[in-house]
Amino acid sequence: MTQSVVVQVGQCGNQVGYRFWDLALREYASVNKRGLYDDATSSFFRNVDWRWDECAGLTLASLNPQAVLVDMEEGVISQILQGPLRELFDSAQLLTDVSGSGNNWATGHMTYGSVYRELIVDKLRKAAELCDCLQCFFLIHSLGGGTGSGLGTRVLGLLEEEFPGVSRIVTSMYPSAEDDVITSPYNSVLAMRELTEHAHCVLPVENQSLMDIVQKIQMVAHGAKPELMVRRNATLSSGQGGVHEVEKPFDAMNNIVANLLLNMTSSARFEGCLNVDLNEIAMNLVPFPRLHYLVPSLAPLYTLADVNAVPRRLDQMFSDAFSKDYQLIHANPKQSMYLACALMVRGNVHVSDLRRNIERLRPSLSFVSWNQEGWKTGLCSVPPVGHSHSLLALANNTCVKLNFMELKERFSKLYRKKAHLHHFLHVEGMDLGCFTEATSSLDSLIEEYDSLDATKDQATPDPLRLRIAT
Amino acid sequence: MSVVTVQLGQCGNQVGQELFDVLCSDALAGHRKTYSTASCERFFHLTSQGDLEARAVLIDMEPKAINSSMTKALKGGRWRYGEASHFSQKQGSGNNWANGFCVHGPRHKDAVEELVRREVERCDRLAGLMTMMSVAGGTGSGVGTYITQCLRDIYPASFILNHLTWPYGTGEVILQNYNSVLTLAHLYQLSDAIVVHENDTVHGICSRLLNIKAIAFTDINRVIAHQLGGVLQPALTPDSNGVYSLNPLGELVSALCCHPEYKLLSVSTIPQMPSSSVPYSSFSWTGLLKHLRQMLISNTKMEEGIDWHVRPPPASGRIRSVAGSSFNTSLANLLILRGKDVYCAETGNFEEATIYTPWLSPAEAFSAWKSPIPFNKYEKSATLVSNSQALLGPLEDIVRKAWNMFASR
Repeated sequence: MTQSVVVQVGQCGNQVGYRFWDLALREYASVNKRGLYDDATSSFFRNVDWRWDECAGLTLASLNPQAVLVDMEEGVISQILQGPLRELFDSAQLLTDVSGSGNNWATGHMTYGSVYRELIVDKLRKAAELCDCLQCFFLIHSLGGGTGSGLGTRVLGLLEEEFPGVSRIVTSMYPSAEDDVITSPYNSVLAMRELTEHAHCVLPVENQSLMDIVQKIQMVAHGAKPELMVRRNATLSSGQGGVHEVEKPFDAMNNIVANLLLNMTSSARFEGCLNVDLNEIAMNLVPFPRLHYLVPSLAPLYTLADVNAVPRRLDQMFSDAFSKDYQLIHANPKQSMYLACALMVRGNVHVSDLRRNIERLRPSLSFVSWNQEGWKTGLCSVPPVGHSHSLLALANNTCVKLNFMELKERFSKLYRKKAHLHHFLHVEGMDLGCFTEATSSLDSLIEEYDSLDATKDQATPDPLRLRIAT
Repeated sequence: MSVVTVQLGQCGNQVGQELFDVLCSDALAGHRKTYSTASCERFFHLTSQGDLEARAVLIDMEPKAINSSMTKALKGGRWRYGEASHFSQKQGSGNNWANGFCVHGPRHKDAVEELVRREVERCDRLAGLMTMMSVAGGTGSGVGTYITQCLRDIYPASFILNHLTWPYGTGEVILQNYNSVLTLAHLYQLSDAIVVHENDTVHGICSRLLNIKAIAFTDINRVIAHQLGGVLQPALTPDSNGVYSLNPLGELVSALCCHPEYKLLSVSTIPQMPSSSVPYSSFSWTGLLKHLRQMLISNTKMEEGIDWHVRPPPASGRIRSVAGSSFNTSLANLLILRGKDVYCAETGNFEEATIYTPWLSPAEAFSAWKSPIPFNKYEKSATLVSNSQALLGPLEDIVRKAWNMFASR
């Protein structure tokens, strides 16, 4: 069993990360009935109980998450350290500073990046050495701010330098159009260049989509119809059953992202009849190295309380995962071209259900000509907490270019007027060249997606080859 | 006369476990002493405590599939895998044939060879080696091909039979076509015979013949195990004088793979029905064989939807048109009949020259093995292992898709 290390950077990264650890503990507690430290637990947690193999129970004090928490302000991390999960974390895993990055990518990336370079590498190396077999780094951050965006991408670069053989899967929160940070377009575009160059795969998530999903769940949960009563702790956005009982404002949204990570890694941690290891995800879904942005969607959002509800919801789950309301970014993959798609199913779903739904949905989707059957499927027998089955769809789809084009548009609006630019240029190590490089990287990325899109609906003839006589 | 099985990757290990289950329960059913001894000797090792240990080596690059196969075997209670007969690493091959063939294979070559050698040395007499794997993934295909190469080097005089599982045509793994093409290209040089099962076909059998509504991989693996078991369990060849064959793999290979360029074998079994219906059904050999023959020549893989209009071309002026009708020409066929009244079964309609290529006489192309012992609860069952054009369609699909993907950009 391999281990993964989670690196959470910035306020957003740490808040999402905190929900992730809470929900991970909840999941392990519900799966691991005997409370003994096992292989599955070892993928994210280290056993620090000195009575190593006679662990009386998965008590918090005996588990140490394989994580590094970085923030240039103290607020979020101190809250974590005062909360119920404080015993989990070791002070050696934390890196804080006092004044924050001021929503400035350059401050995060250049200033703090160089000041804390050694310390960060040290902490990462310590975390890596404690792992038996390190397979993957998960980086969680947002793109709109300064620390998560700037320092986070610096950390990404360091991970590539120091640990070139280990995969880097990045969960990035993209700013919505009405983001409250004015400089977020600058921060995002500058960060995107790093993501395109240094990450193995990126799962973009948008706050607006998360909000819409949470609202949808709440509408049903508080809805009038008695037969649609939802089990309160069985929604995608619920953190109930975890250690942390009081729900804070962004918790519901962050829980969704935490569930995304848990579902993605479930097949690597738990057994099933068609396992999907973490390295298989990037291997199958990334046809060309720069096109590694995978649109995530999760279904179902909630489980009905009525156990007599008709099991047709299984097929509904598959249809939902492809509808635009269930995507974690504002995108409509059905109208664009798929380069590849992964369906990771958890719970009591059989291969015939999977095949049937693939055949049912296939005609309404357009796949690129050289990958007409571009499905990667995985079946894990352990369902998530509160659900009997769930589906995570990761789509490498050209619809992300629309999101990138929007981002570029917002960036240009500010950049044309050189607004707020001086804050960035004042930082040592930063110059206009960084901006032009970042924009040209984004432009060429959009162009690559565009050229693939152009082949949509074109009947491409099969390239010539020697034929097998039939 | 023992066969050592090497199970590779998740698929290989899961199918292998079901196969040994079928072989064990068939061997131990009823009071058929000679058959039981022969079967157990062929596939199991009797430990000093009287337990049956499968003559198998389990290989995977990550531990979960091996653990679950070994646990399942133990839970069944009738047989188990050897405690030390497995090898796994922490991290899988990532569905990458190159990873399996060039990295993991050479790295773990010694450990795997050691395990196989230990298993081979426990056999009184080695009939041959069988590897079980899928072609879509990374470990089964890549490591499996590399290990087959190593085994060919170490045991140059032994027969090597590769059992392959081909993935669903509608996509199971995106890289499946690359992995399949690379595997088949290498295996063709190394293997003596390649027996293929396709997930699509077996899925069809589960849904249409066995009436299983929610088909899980266990159901698919059980059908494959049933078909393979029908091929591998002891049977009597025409000249064996009542003694079960001491060289099953050799006889299979010599019966079917008469030319080094033609090694792909497909398997059909008749009848296949839900286990609840089996006690209430009875068949005649004539009926069964008639259906089986038509399944062969019309290239239908199950006894539903057979096209009865397909007929062999007339004997006179036979010009082989390669891109011709839906008629499936065979190179060689091996019919294995098991069950009641097996010696009364008439196999004449498989011996017509019109269903074979002109450069082999039917006497050379056709073989029949019989066993009076009913197999796996079916009163009468017939298994046809066929070296014919049946797999060309799926193979063409795989190569076309791989080439399209390769030629992009």
